[in-house]
Amino acid sequence: MSAIEGLDTAVHHPEQAHHHEPQSFWQKYVFSEDHKVIAKQYLITGIMWAVIGITMSVIFRIQLGMPDSNLSWLKPVLGAWISESGKLDPNFYLALVTMHGTIMVFFVLTAGLSGTFSNFLIPLQIGARDMASGFMNMLSYWFFFLASVIMFASLFLQTGPAAGGWVIYPPLSALPQAHQGSGMGMTLWLASMAFFIVSQLLGGINYITTVINLRTRGMSFDRLPLTIWAFLITAVLGLISFPVLLSSVLLLIFDRHFGTSFYLSEIYINGEALPNVGGSPILFQHLFWFLGHPEVYIVLLPGLGITSEVIATNARKPIFGYRAMIASMLGIAFLAFIVWAHHMFVTGMNPFLGSVFMFLTLIIAVPSAVKGFNYITTLWKGNIVFTPAMLFAIGMVSLFVSGGLTGIILGNSALDIQLHDTYFVVAHFHLVMGAASAFGLFAGVYHWFPKMFGKMMNNTLGQIHFWFSFIGIYLVFIPMHYVGIAGFPRRYYQFTSYDFTHKFMDMNMFITVAAILSFLAQFIFLYNFFVNIFKGKTAPKNPWRSNTLEWTTPIVPGHGNWEGEIPAVYRWSYDYSKPGAKEDFIPQNIPYSQTLESNFPHENELIATEKEIEAQNFNDQFNTAH
Amino acid sequence: MENIQHLKVDKEPQATLSMDPMKFILWLFVVSIIMLFASQTSAYLVRRAEGNWLEFEMPRIFWYSTGVLLVSSLAMQAAYFAAKKDDFRLLKIAISITFVLGLTFLWMQFEGWKQLVAMNVYFVGNPSGSFFYVFTGLHGFHIISGIIVLIYAWIAVFKQKVHSKNLRQIQICATYWHFLDLLWLYLFVFLLTFN
Repeated sequence: MSAIEGLDTAVHHPEQAHHHEPQSFWQKYVFSEDHKVIAKQYLITGIMWAVIGITMSVIFRIQLGMPDSNLSWLKPVLGAWISESGKLDPNFYLALVTMHGTIMVFFVLTAGLSGTFSNFLIPLQIGARDMASGFMNMLSYWFFFLASVIMFASLFLQTGPAAGGWVIYPPLSALPQAHQGSGMGMTLWLASMAFFIVSQLLGGINYITTVINLRTRGMSFDRLPLTIWAFLITAVLGLISFPVLLSSVLLLIFDRHFGTSFYLSEIYINGEALPNVGGSPILFQHLFWFLGHPEVYIVLLPGLGITSEVIATNARKPIFGYRAMIASMLGIAFLAFIVWAHHMFVTGMNPFLGSVFMFLTLIIAVPSAVKGFNYITTLWKGNIVFTPAMLFAIGMVSLFVSGGLTGIILGNSALDIQLHDTYFVVAHFHLVMGAASAFGLFAGVYHWFPKMFGKMMNNTLGQIHFWFSFIGIYLVFIPMHYVGIAGFPRRYYQFTSYDFTHKFMDMNMFITVAAILSFLAQFIFLYNFFVNIFKGKTAPKNPWRSNTLEWTTPIVPGHGNWEGEIPAVYRWSYDYSKPGAKEDFIPQNIPYSQTLESNFPHENELIATEKEIEAQNFNDQFNTAH
Repeated sequence: MENIQHLKVDKEPQATLSMDPMKFILWLFVVSIIMLFASQTSAYLVRRAEGNWLEFEMPRIFWYSTGVLLVSSLAMQAAYFAAKKDDFRLLKIAISITFVLGLTFLWMQFEGWKQLVAMNVYFVGNPSGSFFYVFTGLHGFHIISGIIVLIYAWIAVFKQKVHSKNLRQIQICATYWHFLDLLWLYLFVFLLTFN
């Protein structure tokens, strides 16, 4: 703080920052405009959705692994979806698969991950008092909440929720006659998604604006922590791709409710032709996957950003290749928009077009490999501290690499003919996008829990949670690749009536047991999380000895984050174990003039610029137009 | 310590880039609208390339409504210049003209729909007609949102809150209105070219 002393240009009155009228309970905890409260709302809602979504997967895993088991014990919860003989209703099985996908992709890994950590970390790490528009931010959460309520309500319909797969391809999703879930269930699905998209756009616009306009003094783009880079790029991806999903959903709604023929053409039901002519179901797939593929990176990039931060902090080493990390994220984001048709190799597309998309798809391996190598080289010879967050971050890298490898196989348009829509695909994307992002989420929760709640989580429980999840995940998905190569198609209710599937029944059962194991392990996390919000040990100010700005705030920051002035930033956020330094970390707000013993020659030259950084305007939104 | 303080500066500190967050939010909002219409128009092209496409001539009224919207944009710009020069009489007149022309545009689009129906081009039927209604309808929906922004600016103008020292609101309103104008121009030319 001494750097700020004697600053003549500081026309700033710290006490102004806290001139807020006392807020009512509703303003403080429910309709709050404070980014930290909104982040927690996103996190808790996301956790609830995750419990529902993962429970669904366990139910259909039991059906797949033990098709003959008696599920009558689920009757109190599922009611008529369990038949008299204790069998799961096949229609409900399809609904379960669909809702599992929808919930996990959109509600948990998009809203729960990006919503939580973008909201929580962007203002804290760039040195802002709050988001650019607190009101829009609040609106973003409540639109998400509304979407959640609608989706949740659809679970209780007598005809069941949407059941056409999370990709809702027409005509299955467009015709109520196609499946009982394509009636009211699909209507609610579409309504919910429309609100969800609005929520994501409001949130994303806010994140981008905040990162670009509200950084504190000295926080240039080349000093931003990689988390912030990841959130920024994620938000840009969302801003560009979610309107396209809105577009495709809108046309689908017109087809369903107004009788247009955007996606429907020459369909006969019970020998009678439908009036729709001239539509193209492939058109929907193009529009959907133009969102769908960037969506994969919307889910993954925040996890990658969190991992960068956690790995550098706990390896006590600067991140390897900071600029390469940014460049690879930008590269991934750019490529995300020109590879969508690799989901459609078998829709009868021109093989030449297929090979173009295959080529572009395989290029993604380059920036992804850069990231993989950079994580590993950051770990190399580091003084690794195995906190639960670190374990999950390393686990994330492992899952990202092993899931990414099968991506290279699937990206080949020729191999895709065999592997398309088999369990190979399921295993691939669950590792690289599902489990990897979920591990990023866990790493983030364990790492920033002290900042969120001012309490510490239990380390031992965290480590037990990690090992069960990590081993469990691999036990589920490695065998699933074999099942996929053997030709098991996804979304089938049971495999008992085919000859080729018999010798894999044991393997399917094994997968189910492993899935139940990893499911149960998550309760360790839930216990650890919820109990320690109230009963945890009080956290120190900087428990992980980290460099980023959020650890310079009070243990439980109020609205406005910093009491008094926002700190200025003089260095990047990865000065760990710098030769000559007293401590093995130098926070971003320590000027070079205070660390002469560890400065490099070019950093000594930067000392002269410190006065000018301090002379810049505070960029403090609470002092202007608030 | 002293020696280091006197090192010569050969690196300028980078000022944190910053613009008005509200205007920035508007521009990002514009980006999302652009993506919405970009996806719609590319869907149109993809579908059109597949054949079985009903061709029809665009009713004349859409030419006139385009003119009306262009004039409204000019009036909006005039209002902005008037606000900049604190010419409140012109400001009030110009923003009112924009408002009236905006409503006229909406009404003309609706008349256009009626003429399409008279030509037997319906929302339900061949996708070429459906797309026409979707484009004009979605754009009309955004025009309504623009008119709401305009009403706020209009109220502010009549409460004397818009002047050369406080241009933010009218700037945001003008930017959005010009964007909606350009968007319609794009859709209009697009629909003429790929009919």
